[in-house]
Amino acid sequence: MGLMSTSVSVSRFRVEGKLEAPEIETVAKGLKENALSEIEDAAAEKTVGWTPFRSPYRPLFEDRSFVVGEYLVFSLRIDRKSIPSKVLKKEFSEVSARRLAESGRPYLSRSEKKMIREEVAHRLILRIPATPNLYDLVWSLDRQSVWFFSTLKSANEELETLFAKSFRLTLVRLFPFTMADLTAGLSDKERDLLERITPTPFTP
Amino acid sequence: MLDVAVSYNRYRFLGREFLTWLWYSLETDPKLAVSVDPAIEEIAVANRMVLENRGPAGLETVTIKGDDPGLEEGQTALQKGALVSELSLTFTSGDQRWRFTLKGESLHITGLKVPDTGPVETEADLDGALLEKAALVERAVHLIEGLFSRFIRIRISESWQTEVLVGIRKWIGN
Repeated sequence: MGLMSTSVSVSRFRVEGKLEAPEIETVAKGLKENALSEIEDAAAEKTVGWTPFRSPYRPLFEDRSFVVGEYLVFSLRIDRKSIPSKVLKKEFSEVSARRLAESGRPYLSRSEKKMIREEVAHRLILRIPATPNLYDLVWSLDRQSVWFFSTLKSANEELETLFAKSFRLTLVRLFPFTMADLTAGLSDKERDLLERITPTPFTP
Repeated sequence: MLDVAVSYNRYRFLGREFLTWLWYSLETDPKLAVSVDPAIEEIAVANRMVLENRGPAGLETVTIKGDDPGLEEGQTALQKGALVSELSLTFTSGDQRWRFTLKGESLHITGLKVPDTGPVETEADLDGALLEKAALVERAVHLIEGLFSRFIRIRISESWQTEVLVGIRKWIGN
């Protein structure tokens, strides 16, 4: 579900830290250096990087089109390879049968089976194309906020890691406590009260 | 600031308390949303509500859904000690309508439907549509943050115990 979809899901973050000036150039550099690698590592099960919102399958940041008015709009792309379990089972069974015939023994040891499974998985990974997954992001520099258009835990974790690596800024997830602490404009005294609160029974 | 993982777990009850307070406030204070966004004309619980009761017997969940859901079952669950863990809301401003679901624990916004943006035929149209979409999402985010901010100030004040909770308990009892 991307930003322009009819129905979207949003995780919100507060951006902590200060971007080096000039800010747009710093962001552009971070995007370029951490764009999804076009030269795919054939053996990698997962590749993560930034890609332009307008050309998600051409991960090059050649211009400043990620700047849209007061917002920065780009996407996180996670390309993942997953071997269908039935394919893995079939290949494993064939190789195991062959090894047994070659060895002349009635069974394979646990470590031999483990090694065969790893060999088969490695060979299959090289043949399987990666599935690209796109997650859009809207960053407001003025408000120090990021909206990430996915609530998937794994995608959110990848975002936090890549964002920190690319821009040397920390994304703080906004959930009830952090919203109260960071966006509600509480005074120090009110923050102390916040830290001390405990659940209230709503029924007598 | 507290460690993020620690604060997420220690204060996860805050989201459920917020959604329960929000349902009560929407039912009893027609000016609540307008105080956050004066352009809002109507705000109401939409087509889905989930309530959770984390009692000694374990977790009990009640889900109410449908285009015109009867909320009596929800009120009954509250009487048994449940709190709202997911709440769908809809609001209007002019002839535009927003609809979304809030998850109590994370305050993630899911199923957010905002008014339609203009058609995209050229690159320039896309810029316009992106800006329009961002502004429409912003309206919903601003409302949620404003309502939550209102809640948290009440929640840490003395009036929570002396006034608000008294009102909520009376409403639940009715």
